[in-house]
Amino acid sequence: MTVAAFPQRPTLSNQEVARYSRHLIMPEVGMDGQLKLKAASVLCIGAGGLGSPVAMYLAAAGVGRIGLVDFDVVDYSNLQRQIIHGTPDVGRRKLDSARDSLTAINPEVEIETHEVALSSGNALDLLRGYDVIVDGTDNFPTRYLVNDACVLLGKPNAYGSIFRFEGQASVFATRGGPCYRCLYPEPPPPGLVPSCAEGGVLGILPGVIGTIQATEAVKLLIGAGEPLIGRFMIYDALRMRFRELKLRRDPDCPVCGDHPTVTELIDYEQFCGVAPAAPDAGPASAEAAQDAVDEDDEATVEELKSRLDRADGVFILDVREPQEFQICRIPGSTLIPLGDLPKRLGELEGRGEMIVHCKSGVRSGKAVKLLREAGFTQAKNLRGGILRWIDAVDPSLPKY
Amino acid sequence: MPTRILIPTPLRGYADQQEVVEAEGATVGELLANMTARYGSLRKHLYNEEGKLRSFVAIYVNDDDIRFLDKEATPVKDGDTVSIIPSVAGGLGRCA
Repeated sequence: MTVAAFPQRPTLSNQEVARYSRHLIMPEVGMDGQLKLKAASVLCIGAGGLGSPVAMYLAAAGVGRIGLVDFDVVDYSNLQRQIIHGTPDVGRRKLDSARDSLTAINPEVEIETHEVALSSGNALDLLRGYDVIVDGTDNFPTRYLVNDACVLLGKPNAYGSIFRFEGQASVFATRGGPCYRCLYPEPPPPGLVPSCAEGGVLGILPGVIGTIQATEAVKLLIGAGEPLIGRFMIYDALRMRFRELKLRRDPDCPVCGDHPTVTELIDYEQFCGVAPAAPDAGPASAEAAQDAVDEDDEATVEELKSRLDRADGVFILDVREPQEFQICRIPGSTLIPLGDLPKRLGELEGRGEMIVHCKSGVRSGKAVKLLREAGFTQAKNLRGGILRWIDAVDPSLPKY
Repeated sequence: MPTRILIPTPLRGYADQQEVVEAEGATVGELLANMTARYGSLRKHLYNEEGKLRSFVAIYVNDDDIRFLDKEATPVKDGDTVSIIPSVAGGLGRCA
């Protein structure tokens, strides 16, 4: 790809020569490549797990201008993988924390922060100002939005995704190359997306995938090597194995095909079947709304607390996973993970009224539905799950 | 001769936690039908209500997407590996 023409060719100061010397002595980069990096810009969407290594390595490598898009605040649960933030940053805006880290790594780099949720309304204007786009948000609505915007603008998109111990990476939306929709024309409906029972991520995994995204961004900017175009990289950290699959541009692709039907940005939350993600949206907002149950099917944590105090023998069923049960539990609860519930219904015979809970109420909502269909008509969902219990009843328990 | 089908992490819960399932069949369609006959709950993750392969799951024979081969009629021969490659997104942050 070509980098936007500079009125005056940038040069490197003696200090920059020292800083980039390990690049400058390689023929694949050299002075020309380093000056291309200095003249170039990358937009990093999300300053989280993938965004951390992407932005840090691109800053260190000397990409002249780095844009960051984020509206989140650093939380303790981020620190296991989001290495651009440190413990003293908890509670700060991610953009502030990230800017400090990047400036400490390389003060020569210009950092532009955009405190917005990327949307159909702002994406084209935001992406237009950068040479390469890196999507580090790893959620479906943003992924399709970034994909489509990159195709419409002709901007290469260094893609990455992570799940538990597995990661994916590719480069989409280059001229003549495939886009994400060539592989997956449509996202899965929310009901078929793995819930957090199957979630979690090895903290190092975004490091591996994010550095692949950063590597591809640098290669695109300096025009070196063989970019990850038309190839889909799959990484399995548990087995320490990389696989490569072929990707082709689909002539029938709705965005980058020969006769595109998507010629402007659409409503991606609707496209992905999720509720709009407000910056302060609580956990499970979309799924919870979708699986909302009747008020009669619900119990509050206060109600449960007073019943436990009265020792009225109410049965508490915890449908989380064993690992979650190890972290914290409501006293006297019985664990049957949601996935095991259909084949373990026999253990619940004769229990009468039972209060079912999970982490925040989505899985237990599904469990209550399943139980009621199986004839356990007195099953009730604990609204807000154990998180609400911790907030309102027992703050001594750890949250996760 | 059975063919190896690689089950991705998000779908292993529907296949007794196995990474690899073996199934018989001369084509991809036959293989998947035999596999989902054994692991019934996998079916809805691979096929929609009309019995068509879902658009967010890619099926590969070795390193080729069957949509660019013969789709479900793509033949499989000894030693081929079939992979199910679903779209994943680990960063939704909406957990329950």
